[in-house]
Amino acid sequence: MDEPADMQTPFVPLVQTNAAIGEPRAVRLLLIGTTVLFLGVFLLLPLAAVFAQALSGGVRAYFAALADPDAWSSIKLTLLTAAMAVPLNTAFGVAAAWAIAKFRFRGKELLITLIDLPFSVSPVIAGLVYILIFGARGWLGPWASAHGLRIIFAAPGIVLATVFVTFPFVARQLIPLMQAQGTDEEYAALTLGARGWSTFWHVTLPNIRWGLLYGVLLCNARAMGEFGAVSVVSGHIRGQTNTMPLQVEILYNDYQFVAAFAVASLLALLAFVTLGLKSLLEWRHGNELAAVRGH
Amino acid sequence: MPGFSLTLGFSLTYLSLLVLIPLAGLLLRSAGLGLTGFWHVLSAPRVLAALRLSFGGALAAAAINAVFGSLVAWSFVRYRFPGKQLLQAMVDLPFALPTAVAGIALTAIYAPNGWLGAPLAKLGIQLAYHPAGVVLAMTFIGLPFVVRTLEPVLEEAEKQLEEAAATLGATRWRTVTRIILPAILPALLTGVALAFARGVGEYGSVIFIAGNIPNVSEIAPLLIMIRLEEFDYAGATAVASAMLIISFTLLLAINLLQAWRRRRGT
Amino acid sequence: MQITIRGVTKQFGNFAALRGIDLNIASGELLALLGPSGSGKTTLLRAIAGLEPIDGGSIRFGDTDATRLSVQERRVGFVFQHYALFRHMTVLDNISFGLRMRPRAQRPAAAEIRRRSLELLNLVQLNGLEGRYPNQLSGGQRQRVALARALAIEPRVLLLDEPFGALDAKVRKDLRRWLRQLHRDTGYTTVFVTHDQEEALELADRIVVMNRGSIEQVGSTDQVYDAPRSPFVFDFLGSPNVLPGEVRDDGVYLLGAAAPFEAPNGLAPGPVDVYARPSDFRVVEDDPAAIAGRVLEAQRTGTLVRLTVLLAANGQSVEIEIPHPDPEMRVWLPSDRIRLRPAHFSLYRESRPAPARIVEDRSAAHSAPGSRVRGQ
Repeated sequence: MDEPADMQTPFVPLVQTNAAIGEPRAVRLLLIGTTVLFLGVFLLLPLAAVFAQALSGGVRAYFAALADPDAWSSIKLTLLTAAMAVPLNTAFGVAAAWAIAKFRFRGKELLITLIDLPFSVSPVIAGLVYILIFGARGWLGPWASAHGLRIIFAAPGIVLATVFVTFPFVARQLIPLMQAQGTDEEYAALTLGARGWSTFWHVTLPNIRWGLLYGVLLCNARAMGEFGAVSVVSGHIRGQTNTMPLQVEILYNDYQFVAAFAVASLLALLAFVTLGLKSLLEWRHGNELAAVRGH
Repeated sequence: MPGFSLTLGFSLTYLSLLVLIPLAGLLLRSAGLGLTGFWHVLSAPRVLAALRLSFGGALAAAAINAVFGSLVAWSFVRYRFPGKQLLQAMVDLPFALPTAVAGIALTAIYAPNGWLGAPLAKLGIQLAYHPAGVVLAMTFIGLPFVVRTLEPVLEEAEKQLEEAAATLGATRWRTVTRIILPAILPALLTGVALAFARGVGEYGSVIFIAGNIPNVSEIAPLLIMIRLEEFDYAGATAVASAMLIISFTLLLAINLLQAWRRRRGT
Repeated sequence: MQITIRGVTKQFGNFAALRGIDLNIASGELLALLGPSGSGKTTLLRAIAGLEPIDGGSIRFGDTDATRLSVQERRVGFVFQHYALFRHMTVLDNISFGLRMRPRAQRPAAAEIRRRSLELLNLVQLNGLEGRYPNQLSGGQRQRVALARALAIEPRVLLLDEPFGALDAKVRKDLRRWLRQLHRDTGYTTVFVTHDQEEALELADRIVVMNRGSIEQVGSTDQVYDAPRSPFVFDFLGSPNVLPGEVRDDGVYLLGAAAPFEAPNGLAPGPVDVYARPSDFRVVEDDPAAIAGRVLEAQRTGTLVRLTVLLAANGQSVEIEIPHPDPEMRVWLPSDRIRLRPAHFSLYRESRPAPARIVEDRSAAHSAPGSRVRGQ
């Protein structure tokens, strides 16, 4: 059946069933208007503000701010952190999803809940727990410094804190997806003589690749953007232990607004790219991801 | 099926080392304070004010999101309008935008000399450097939870239920309140609870706009940070434990909610 | 309540869902809207309910013009294909919903609402289940709750959209019989939509066959089955064999037959399509008007034997059904020679725009236009 003609015109109900369950035009316009206004003020305006402020000193000042060595070192640390944390959590996510989706065992629901735990922990607390362990007065702190390991106020602490806050991302995308897909195909592969690893590689992975990518995308965005947890363990040593978000904070608190927003604009671009890829994935592979949505 | 002990073993080890043991360590530390020591820290007016702001602000933000999030989700699912696809993609911005960036951006807008702050200041309304700013930032951060939880539920809601109500003589308003709302209520509560939990622990987007005036606009995570910088580990630990315990109770509530949703098949 | 539908049109974009429907539904009648998907039958039902605004025409309930009435004002009992029960309400709350939604002035007291709802629960034979939730009921029980809920508002007309579509065969049969009984007892004007010809034939007083947004034929079950007005109706009410034939001066010749059937008066010479159902064929010995063939396959199904016959004249295969426990009948084996002649058939001419229907009766006992030919 063709689409109803008036669906091509703006401001019409998507539910084309009828007038019986629609709203009067005035109500409809009011709801749409409120939505657009609310999202415009809440989402688009802040984004616009970032770029407007970043470029308020002109294009030259913008690039000068980005060329600053401290900014560069913060970019490098951010990339390094993501490059460590994302693969670790991806490996965990795949392993946990495999165990949960393909087997029955006691305590499965508890395990799923525990995996989600970091989401309900304040990022500041996520940083704090590592201070309590590896800090100068922590349980393992003296031992670590005796062996020349710097964890807190150094890159390892930053990676640890980032792993904590991004812990559930990949797992929680994959678990419902793999549960929905069941185990038939894997068993079929096994009966055809495939070994465990090649079963995963040739059968499971192609089935979950888009969900996996989706999880990795979100995990990466959070890993690069994490602020609170990293802030606790970083020590804010310029040029050494500042990630990009921390660099933004320091510049902002130093009243170097153009520089702060310049670095922030890079992070906003990251958010843009993430959202774009995410929408693309949802658009192209929406059916596959359907099991994942609505969490 | 192979790989059970490998994957489960790895998962449990990784989970324990990185999440469970560190969190248990935190609770253990604060247990070391004893009940009186714990209470001594928490009963300080500044701590109480900070906890009240974090939880109260998150609750207010969650309530705002319950209303506007439902409205946004409804418009997305039920109507077609120019710019919808852009807005739909942008709803996840608070997930994707680093919190520090959100924080300074919101501050730039709502500061007394900002785009919206200036006109609002003329009307005598102050948002930045005020508890209202805290709620504002928490609303920003929680919005996607409500919209994203509601959208699929509204999409799957059978239009026939609404038609059935209409044929039985129910007015549109009654259909919305008696048929649609009960159907989406569990999802709405779940989304609101998620937004609330996120708001309680939120740090990055709040501290810039809050102004951080002790007893007035200082949130609990910031207080933990301040205690740490003062090397008052006991104080930091106690506040953190209090937050954790409340948050875990919330998590339990969310899980029960989701179990309820599954039972009702919505 | 008598329903009068005049010139109703409905367009979805470029798709004409209803192309000027005229239909009278008598008070107390049980009417089936039959057609394939996309024929407009559900759209018509929804238009009667007011769930689908129409582009043109009018719908009257008795003396009331219902065309501009809202769904709420029309007071139709609508039973949805998937029941659309409110799953957060108990069975009793579902049934009483319509009464509870009435404006305060017309709303019965709570006790009265409860009494009437329980009465309906009794009518649909679900006593004792008032406290259950819809997901605790079987498909057939849900269907009956949906019906009770629709009856609770004392509807002007009862509309059912594919009422048995989602049920398994056994339950469907029981429910059909029960619905027929219920209709007899309550006397509500009832319209139901179905794509299942057997269901329509078994349940309805009259059948409306729809195709591409138009009504192909309206009539009693006997009329539409025995005298399909178009190849479409014939096709939809059975799986016909279409044999090529030719009208000559002395009658209709089947392809390869030596003698004609008698042609009705005034039939122009030329090719014609002979439509006959599998059960319409008779096995004959040396009838010159019969056609010769060879058995390809013989399959016994209960009391019938199904034969696939390859016609000698044009290599066409024909499906026929003959009764099995026939003492005079031989056992048919593949490659046996066989001669067939259709006992009942309809003639249609593809040449449009001339009317497609031609009726012929070999015995010339009757050949009223619009009725199907009965041979022998």
